[in-house]
Parts: sequence; structure tokens; C-alpha cells
Amino acid sequence: MKLDAKIPEGPLQEKWSRYKATCRLVSPNNKKKLDIIVVGAGLAGSSAAASLAEMGYRVKSFCFQDSPRRAHSVAAQGGVNASKNYHNDGDSAFRMFYDTLKGGDFRAREANVYRLAECSANLIDQAVAQGVPFAREYGGYLANRSFGGVQVSRTFYARGQTGQQLLLGAYSALSRQVAEGNVQLFSRHEMLGLVVIDGKARGIIARNLDTGAIERHAAHTVVLATGGYGKIYYLSTLAMGCNGSAIWRAHKKGAGFAAASWTQIHPTCLPQSGAYQSKLTLMSESLRNDGRIWVPKKANDPRPPGEIPEEERDYYLERRYPAFGNLAPRDIASRAAKERIDAGFGVGAQRNAVYLDFAHAIREYGIETIRERYGNLFRMYEKITGHNAYERPMMISPAAHFSMGGLWVDYELMTTIPGLFAIGECNFSDHGANRLGANSLLQACVDGYFILPYTIGNYLAGELGTGKISPEAPEFETAEREVRDQLGRLLTIQGNRTATDYHKELGALLYDKCGVLRTREGLRQAIDDIRALRADFWQNLKVPGGAEQVNSELEKAGRVADYLELAEVMCYDALTREESCGAHFREEHQTADGEAQRRDDQFQFVSVWAYAGPEEEPELHREGLVFETIQPSVRSYK
Amino acid sequence: MKIQLKIWRQENARAQGRMVDYELTDINPEMSFLEMLDVLNEQLIQKGDMPVEFDHDCREGICGQCGLFINGRAHGPQEATTTCQLHMRHFKDGDTIYVEPFRSRAFPVIKDLRIDRSAFDRIIQAGGYISTRTGDAPEANAIPIGHDVAEAAFDAAACIGCGACVATCKNASAALFTGAKVSHLAMLPQGQPEAAERARKMVAQMEAEGFGHCTNTGACEVECPQEISIRHIARMNFEYNRAGALKK
Ligand code: SF4
Ligand code: FES
Repeated sequence: MKLDAKIPEGPLQEKWSRYKATCRLVSPNNKKKLDIIVVGAGLAGSSAAASLAEMGYRVKSFCFQDSPRRAHSVAAQGGVNASKNYHNDGDSAFRMFYDTLKGGDFRAREANVYRLAECSANLIDQAVAQGVPFAREYGGYLANRSFGGVQVSRTFYARGQTGQQLLLGAYSALSRQVAEGNVQLFSRHEMLGLVVIDGKARGIIARNLDTGAIERHAAHTVVLATGGYGKIYYLSTLAMGCNGSAIWRAHKKGAGFAAASWTQIHPTCLPQSGAYQSKLTLMSESLRNDGRIWVPKKANDPRPPGEIPEEERDYYLERRYPAFGNLAPRDIASRAAKERIDAGFGVGAQRNAVYLDFAHAIREYGIETIRERYGNLFRMYEKITGHNAYERPMMISPAAHFSMGGLWVDYELMTTIPGLFAIGECNFSDHGANRLGANSLLQACVDGYFILPYTIGNYLAGELGTGKISPEAPEFETAEREVRDQLGRLLTIQGNRTATDYHKELGALLYDKCGVLRTREGLRQAIDDIRALRADFWQNLKVPGGAEQVNSELEKAGRVADYLELAEVMCYDALTREESCGAHFREEHQTADGEAQRRDDQFQFVSVWAYAGPEEEPELHREGLVFETIQPSVRSYK
Repeated sequence: MKIQLKIWRQENARAQGRMVDYELTDINPEMSFLEMLDVLNEQLIQKGDMPVEFDHDCREGICGQCGLFINGRAHGPQEATTTCQLHMRHFKDGDTIYVEPFRSRAFPVIKDLRIDRSAFDRIIQAGGYISTRTGDAPEANAIPIGHDVAEAAFDAAACIGCGACVATCKNASAALFTGAKVSHLAMLPQGQPEAAERARKMVAQMEAEGFGHCTNTGACEVECPQEISIRHIARMNFEYNRAGALKK
């Protein structure tokens, strides 16, 4: 597997402008002749599909939800970062670049991260033009707040529904292109196979989830924008349908999979309350701006929070990380919470939570201000838990959230399969080993609106002579057969365990062995356990009904089958990385005071996995990370 | 808790549907309503039956994909709450619960409780956007927007497209959904230039999809999980009439 990052020459600050000034273009006339498939319609997919269609390409947009407006970007609460420096607090593209790189524990490419910061300001302009109602100051100018891991205020927000508002902006742009006939929309369609012809991505096999029909779709290039695979842990902040199937199936056709184990466990989620639980709801990190996190100093303290006096509370983030306190980055906050919970200081009925307390903020700013800032979050909290957070502290707990890992992409966001692009959360690019809050909406949008439209042109300029791609090609035939065969296999086992049952077991196993804390021993064990579970799955799975109908159990089973393979690569990824960095914390590699110990001399690279065949160990390739502008430092938030 | 369920089962859009009885014991009051249905479905699969199909995705009240008619109310008995955010603690041990899909001519049943709401997509496609292109936006702070205007626009923009307003309306009107979008964009300076024409096109599409006319009963506002106000319908009517008046 060749890993050429294709980073443009020149100083960091000029790379992207140089690229844009020199990349090949496709004339308006020729764009009409080029077909693009975009899979996924969240922020990355919708923004890309809309922008490409505006430029004149012919676009097909796919999503498994019943409308693009429902893709899970919709659920992002807190905000989107941009280095506008409206607060005159010393922000700049360079500072944002540095914060993001440091937040990711120096495990991302400088050039990509700088570009993300550089394009951030434009995104705010774009969103405002689309009618996104960001929060405003009384003078009418845009408001900002601060977020975990940084010391400036660069987060733009629309109450606690920033993702929804940005997504609706992208969805409106997409809808406009649908109306103009430039985009064909395929909702309730799931990609089940990638078609590669002569080494290039040329189409997909999709299943119409309303009829069960298997369809072939051909194009000159395929863009995956299918989001993260955090749902692999079963209990996660993701939507029920979120999955890793599209990227996993592309991986099996040759796309390198990078940093598979770098998944973010978010510190502020609602704790699990029982075995029936289907998801863990995220409470926006923005709450940490005003909420203080604590546990009782006494283990298993039975008193309700109100009866525990100040001096008997342990504000452990403020204690351990005085400079950042409650705004310590997510990986650190999650680890610190897990440390306290495991040590017996957890609170709540299951002793699996910590307090997030607003009493101080309410005293300082008044209840009305807090209501305006977080009203909808407090309401959501009350709906789910039945408790009023204005009166007693919230109980929160870490939960699986974001995948930094994903398909490896070069500077142009192209995977190792020519013509296959991956954008947004489904790729590995900008966040390194840990993502900073409010950078995910940003990355999704920047990839879709501002980067892909250039880089895809650079690729398609070489495709003008190709002519129409025919869905009758033998490669489509084979890909379709593979998909049908797999559906058939899932249906014929007729064992005694449901897909959800397997998913829950896999999730628990993975959370335990490849979650917040990892060990060599544990990961080896996990690989064996996953293999055994996978074998069991193919023996004892039970899927009712058939393939030619609405069958959500069949959909789930296919996704779990892929998770059972991806999980193994995650464990290899974590096992072979003998260091701790960002969200990847190996207990063998920590400092005396329990902080992550990075080993730059040996691990300053991104692990990229190649598929080696069914039941084979994946093959490790490395992309070395070269730092020309900054020097990686110890990532301290103390 | 013990729960009696009467659930609408329908094979496909053309088939006849009917209510089917199920009984669940051992329901934990902390469960969400959809988790209760998950429990039922796992049992059905184990028995060799087909599980009940229902719409859902985010399960946190924001994607708008869930939507059930529970005991005769869209999204069930809790105010300002989507089906996925409804919890079993709001029911009593021994309750009988009726579960039906959102019904409207414009929302055909796909299977069981799952419906087709693509009509909403087409209403947005008819004009629910500001005609701007990627890259042509001016500096974001170039046009100040008052705090209260931005907040009011947000209130309308918060619609999740669930369809509860349609399901609960005796006319099956989509006026609240459409009005929310028209109003959100009309309040913002960026959306002003197209406001009247947008209202005209979106209302025309709403009618073409087979939604009924609004007779101001206000039922939609009561069931809307995002508490979208019917004032937005008034603003839509205003813009619609303005479109008529502006017509040359
Ligand atoms: S207006 Fe309210 S009830 Fe109607 S679709 Fe929007 S959120 Fe749902
Ligand atoms: S499942 Fe998303 S709003 Fe209910």
C-alpha cells in the first residue's frame, strides 16, 4: 500500500493557496458530463453534494435516514470553531492550528490541520448567508464562547443545537440543488458495496431499505461521507443507525484504514441506567463552561449532593489541571472521571457517574442567564432522567462518541483507492489522537464546502476521456453478487441470537478492553474474544423475514457483521501502538502522575491498516508525521 | 411494570392494517418508550415473528425521525416531547397503550408504524432555502442581526420535521411545518429578498402534496415537540399575501 500524502510544497501558510492556484480545473461544459456519488448526507455529505452540484457536476446523494435532514450531524449541540478573533483575545489561524494539533497530541498532519483552521472563518460566513441563526450579542454581532482544550473564545453556537442548524443550512442548499435537477436524492438507501474498476472507484451497490431492492449506481468518482463508527461500542452518543459499513466495505476493497482505535469517549454524557439501554445521550461540553465537576471525597458516600459540604467535595479536574480546570480536553476529562469512578467515588444509583454542578454559576450569573445559555439542555436532562438540574447537580458519565480514526486520506481527501474520497468524520485527517470540542462540525463543513470541490476537480480533470461508466460492467455484476450472497447468508443461519444481542456483547467487550484504558494483555484477549464472537455470530444469528422487504433486523445484522471485523482491527491498532497519545491510553505507558506518555522517537506515525483477507491479520503500514513548523511538546493542561 | 399494547400492524402501503395485542411484563419505568418497543421486538424475533417496524434514529429528540401516535396523541402524553424522549415512568403499571403511526394522506404507511414523510422534503425543495452559493458569502459580521431577531428566527428554525403537527391536525395541514421555515428565513435580512416568493412556492407545494388547509385550530402548536408557535403560520400567510400583492 503506497501512502503518499501529497502535501503541497511551500511554507505552511501558503500550501492551500498554492494548491488552489495550481490544481487542475474542469470547465463548466465538462462538469455536466461527470457523475459523482456522495454517500451520506450529514454535514460533510450534504455540503459536498450541494457545492459540487452548484458547480455543475451531476450528483447522486445517498443516505439511510428518511431525509438528509436527519443525519446525525443534527445532534451536535455545542458549537463550531472558527478563528475569527472577534473577541480580540489573540486568536488566529495559527493559534487554532496549534491548539488542534496539540489537542490531537501531535498525531495529525500539519498541513491538513492548518488548512482546517484557515478555512474556518469562511464557514461562518457561509452559514450566516444560508440563514443559520447563530447566537448574537445585543449589538447584533455574533457571539462566541470557549470550549474544552483552548484558552480563547472561538466557538460559534446556535443555542444547544448548532449541529441541527448547520445541517439544516446544508440541507437547504442541497434541497435547492435537488429542485434544480442537479442532485438526485436517494433517501432510505444503504451502500452495501463499493465497485472498483481498473483500480478506480466507479460506483456502489445500494439497498433500497423501503423495498429491499438491490441497485447499481455508477459514477466517475465516489465520495464517502458516512460519519463515525462510535456505535461499535453499542452504548454511544450516536444515532441507532450510525454505522461503519460503507467505510469497512471500502476498506475490504483496498482503502487503507487509519488509526482505527482512536475513538473519543466523551466525558459529559448521561450514565447508563439499565441493560435495556439503547443509547447514551450527550450533554454538550459547553456545560463545562459554567458547570463544575466533582465527586465526594469519601468513597461510596451515601449522602445526596446537597448535603455534602464544600470541603468534602473533590473538584478533581480543577485539582489536577489548574490551568484548564473543568475545560480540560475530552480524553483527559474522561480518563479522570473513569479513574474516580473505578476508585469507588462514583455517584448515582449505579455509582457510575460524577456530578456536574451549576449551583456556583447560578449564584454568580442568576438563573435566567443559565436558562438562556443551557435551557434546552437542562430540559432534555429532565426529560430523560426526571431530575431538575437547576436544583441538583447533573450526573454525567463518559460514553463513546467520535471516531478520529477512519479511512486514510491524503491532502486531497482521497483514500488509497483512486477516485474514492472520504470526508468528514469517516476519514482520518485533522484530529490526530483526540478531537477538540466544536471541531467536528467544522471539519465536516470545511471538507464538504471548501476542500473537496477543489480536490475532486483535480482528479476529475483526468477523467474527461473516460465516458459514461456503465452499471452493466462485470465488476458491478460481481459486487452485486457479493452483496446478495452476504444478505442470503445472514438470513439462512436462523440461529437463536439477535443482531442487537451480539452488538451489545461486542460493545461491552470493546469498551472494557479497547475503551478509555487499554493494556497489552487486555487487547490480546479482546482479539481472541472478538474472533470467537464473530464465529458464533455466523453460526447462531437470527434474522427474521427476507431480503426483499422492509427488514430493519437485516440492516442491523449487516452492520454488526462489519463491526465484528472492524473491532479486531481496532484492537490490533491499539495493541501495536506501544505509547499513550490522546484518546489512546495504554496503561503500560504513563508518567509517574498518571498522564499519557507519548513516545515520539518510535511512534510519530499514523498506523494505516490494509485488509489481508478474511480471518487474516491486517497488515500495518506507516505514514510518518513530519513536523516542520512546530515542535511536538508534552501535552500539558496543568 | 406490566403493559398491554395495541399496535398498528400493516404489511405495506397497499395492505390492510389492524391493531394487534401484545403484553409486556417487567418493564422498567426508567426505560424510554422506544426501548420498551425494543424489548417487545427482541421477544417477537425470538418467537419467530416479525418485529414491529418503527421510525427512529437519534433517540435524543433532534432528528425528527421518530413519531408515533400514542393513546391518541402525537408523540404521546408528554408536552414538548418527541416519542424517543418519552419515558415509561409517565405510564402506570397495568396501562393499555395504543400505538399507531402518524396518519395523513401525504404520509403513506411504509410498514407498521413507519411512514413516508418525503413530502416534507419536497416542500423544502420548493423554496425553503436562501439562494446563496458556496463561496459567495460576505463577512459574517457585515450585516448585524439583533439578538432578539436571531433568537426568534432560531425558535422557528428549531423545527425537527417530525410531522406531529400534521398528524394531530384534523385537516392534516402542514402549515406549522411550512410556516416555521418561511418565518425563520423571512425574519433574517439574508432571507428577506426571497421571502414572499418563497412563501408562495412552498404553500403551493404543500397543497400539491395533499396536505389540508389550516383553519387555525392551534392543535399543532400543542403537540409540537419544539413548541413552534402558530404565529409563524401568521407570518407565512402575511408573506403569502404579500406575494399576491406584489404580483405584476
Ligand atoms: S412544526 Fe413542530 S410538529 Fe411540525 S414538523 Fe416541526 S417540529 Fe414537528
Ligand atoms: S429518534 Fe430522533 S427525534 Fe426521536
